[in-house]
Amino acid sequence: MPSVTSSVENSVTDASRRDFLKGSIAGALVIGISLSTGTRHALASAQSAAFTPNAFLRISEDNVITVISGTVEMGQGVLTAIPMLVAEELDADWSRIRFEQAPTAAVYNNPAFGMQATGGSTTVRAFWAPMRKAGATARHMLVAAAAQQWQVPVSSLTTANGFVVASDGRKASYGSLVALAAQQPVPTDPALKDPKDFKILGKALKRLDTPAKTNGSAKFGLDAPKLPGMVVAVMARAPLPGAKPRSVDSAKALAVKGVVQVLTIPNGIAVLATGYWAAKTGRDQLVIDWDMGEHAGLSSEKISELLEAKAQMAQTAGVVALETGDIANASGKNLEATYQAPYLAHATMEPLNCTAWLKPDSLELWTGTQGQGPLQNILSSITKVAPENIKINVFLLGGGFGRRIAPDFAIDATVLSMVSGKPVKLIFSREDDMAAGFYRPASVTRLSASLDAQGRPVKLNVGVGTPSIAVASGFIPLPPSGLDGQAMEGIADHPYDIPNQRIAYGRAEPGPQVWFWRSVGHSQNIFFMESFMDELAHAAGQDPYHYRHGLLGHQPRYKAVLEAAAEKAGWGKPLPKGVFRGIAVGQSFGSYVAEVAEVSVDAEGQPKVHRVVAAVDCGMTVNPEIIRRQIEGAIVYGLSAALYGRISYKDGRVEQGNFNDYPVLRMNAMPKVEVHILPSTEAPGGIGEPGLPPLAPALANAIYAATGKRVRQLPIDPNLLKKA
Amino acid sequence: MIRFNLNGQSVSIDADPDMPLLWALREDLELTGTKFGCGAALCGACTVHLDGKAIRSCSTPLSLVEGKHVTTIEAVSAERVGAAVQAAWVAHDVPQCGYCQSGQIMSAVALLAQKPKPTDADIDSAMSGNICRCGTYNQIRAAIKDAATTLSGGAR
Repeated sequence: MPSVTSSVENSVTDASRRDFLKGSIAGALVIGISLSTGTRHALASAQSAAFTPNAFLRISEDNVITVISGTVEMGQGVLTAIPMLVAEELDADWSRIRFEQAPTAAVYNNPAFGMQATGGSTTVRAFWAPMRKAGATARHMLVAAAAQQWQVPVSSLTTANGFVVASDGRKASYGSLVALAAQQPVPTDPALKDPKDFKILGKALKRLDTPAKTNGSAKFGLDAPKLPGMVVAVMARAPLPGAKPRSVDSAKALAVKGVVQVLTIPNGIAVLATGYWAAKTGRDQLVIDWDMGEHAGLSSEKISELLEAKAQMAQTAGVVALETGDIANASGKNLEATYQAPYLAHATMEPLNCTAWLKPDSLELWTGTQGQGPLQNILSSITKVAPENIKINVFLLGGGFGRRIAPDFAIDATVLSMVSGKPVKLIFSREDDMAAGFYRPASVTRLSASLDAQGRPVKLNVGVGTPSIAVASGFIPLPPSGLDGQAMEGIADHPYDIPNQRIAYGRAEPGPQVWFWRSVGHSQNIFFMESFMDELAHAAGQDPYHYRHGLLGHQPRYKAVLEAAAEKAGWGKPLPKGVFRGIAVGQSFGSYVAEVAEVSVDAEGQPKVHRVVAAVDCGMTVNPEIIRRQIEGAIVYGLSAALYGRISYKDGRVEQGNFNDYPVLRMNAMPKVEVHILPSTEAPGGIGEPGLPPLAPALANAIYAATGKRVRQLPIDPNLLKKA
Repeated sequence: MIRFNLNGQSVSIDADPDMPLLWALREDLELTGTKFGCGAALCGACTVHLDGKAIRSCSTPLSLVEGKHVTTIEAVSAERVGAAVQAAWVAHDVPQCGYCQSGQIMSAVALLAQKPKPTDADIDSAMSGNICRCGTYNQIRAAIKDAATTLSGGAR
């Protein structure tokens, strides 16, 4: 059984297990569609095929409909959204819907990636069509079954709320039809509903995973079961890529009661013990002399210097991401600014962890991962266990934000099991998690513009100096030009009408391991661009909202969210004394979001955000309440970063360790948040990330309105905002 | 051997008295609803009740628990306040990833047990030790107010 089933919905597991024991699972209708090849291998089986992974949907005789999700739950609501897509086309009774986390198998590949992974705000976008088809296929076969049973034409039958209904009023529950339905031919292209007929999609249904998350029964990776002979490992990792231990004195660690073994593996030194406390205590007793390697002495000052030099270079000689007109021929009132954003840790609430058990011909993992597909291949190459013999029990993720698509923690747990011969639960302390690298890249970006007599920008020259996540990821090839699309997203695709532009990349690699972080390149680039647009508006003597609006002639969706956010926030209307507004807009992952922040700044320079009003166009919606919560959550995540977030280096080491020196937003600083979803018939956009990028510039622009001081570096430094 | 009352049952553990209660709960007693977040009483994910008061179990050595009553998320609904808070959490669909929510609920229950009608300032003060990276603070606030209303006999 996939583990999350048992962990999240105990009742479901128990029911399934009972069904299995009774053999009544033989009456289940199973529908699967191969997403990886784009062809359909629908399975309709009356066998125990209910347990084969090549399936998205299982209907049992007791009318329970189990929907199986290939993407993982990290708070973004996929374990509700995926079932909603299926239930809509199935005309299912929503109260009978259960979810299950899929095992690792190609059939569950995310069509956006061609591998089984969760990220890039892709779940609804990528599974919108296939999951609806899975539901429609099942419905089609259930109707055919009823037609056969009643000897009436298919065309005389309808479906509603888990029943097939005949024209004479006879009804048959889906559960009563499963055996017969399984014998029906699989339709190749079942008709999908017209969106105007949706009954489930677009409704604010309650999340299916809530009850388990309020009573302690929800299982996260760290809650993986105790295995026979299992040890807990805590590691000392290299402070920077390339650092190696010159010597390790483990005598004191081994003297700690409960410590079993100290092992040196490629990524560091691990203390294995009977439990976390002994392992952590032992790890803290290790005496390690690190050879810091090529990045010895790395400091945030050196990093900034390198990035700035690359940004400067990029303005004249970088890899061009966008070029229109000719910047050499444009002139007017000139503006220039240099912006900077720091490395950021994801700081998920659940520290990284993985339990691994390598046996002679098999490997089993218990963890929360965003990338079980690639992980299977990576671990196969390390252990030489065939991918199909690597079982990954995916648990709920206590936050992902991109961090959990990295394989590092699973690799280390696997290697430790390989070397020790035992099942190993590897746990990162908060400090380990904070210092382990895989950060949102730092960036320095220089922007130059010229305004014509009317204040319109006629020239924009941008140089971006930042590391390449593509290169760091090891699985995204850079094109021959060396252009990293993620380094430039949010800035090279800005929406404004500017006739002469050159936007270019200067790759810089100061050393720290960089990674995908909620909204990726947009997270810093939209801050740069939308702050600079504010500078241009003020230089032109124009209102920042109207200025943007006038430059969005070809961008109706940007314009619509900008208008909606301004209107809902009461742009231009009076605010309480000392409170000021800032506005920003951005598109990422196929969704458009504008945000207005209402901010005051006290005499000490400390900003307080009172309210954020967001308007979002994410196309057709699955669950508007989950959308509002994702936008609100992204605003909070972005606000934490804008106000406090910074990973800094001194003498080759990360200076932050825990929530005292890497603060995040708490209840007492939480603003009111309003999210307005624009009605749309466009294809669905992503929703986990797009709420984040406009927050920092909306905040910084409000700070400018409040203080006349321009924030060009994150996190916001109150010392620079103090009243003189 | 350290003895205490856990969720109404007496338990005894043979462990390092300096070991935090959190690890005894999670690893020895296999009650995993209480979460590890920071190990330094900075995030609140590990919040449990010690003789009715909210404490951070990651930084409370076992020796301090001897002879006392510990309540965890698994048993909090047995009491009236706990049941009302849990019900409000479900009604407001508070959790996203859910990892911090055991601690949030334990802090909220302790608050309402002490202050049945908390002000916004009371909520800020009682709940600001509990971090949520998904950003569910506004829903937490609404659920606490809702539970307070229920407990005072008002309609939800």
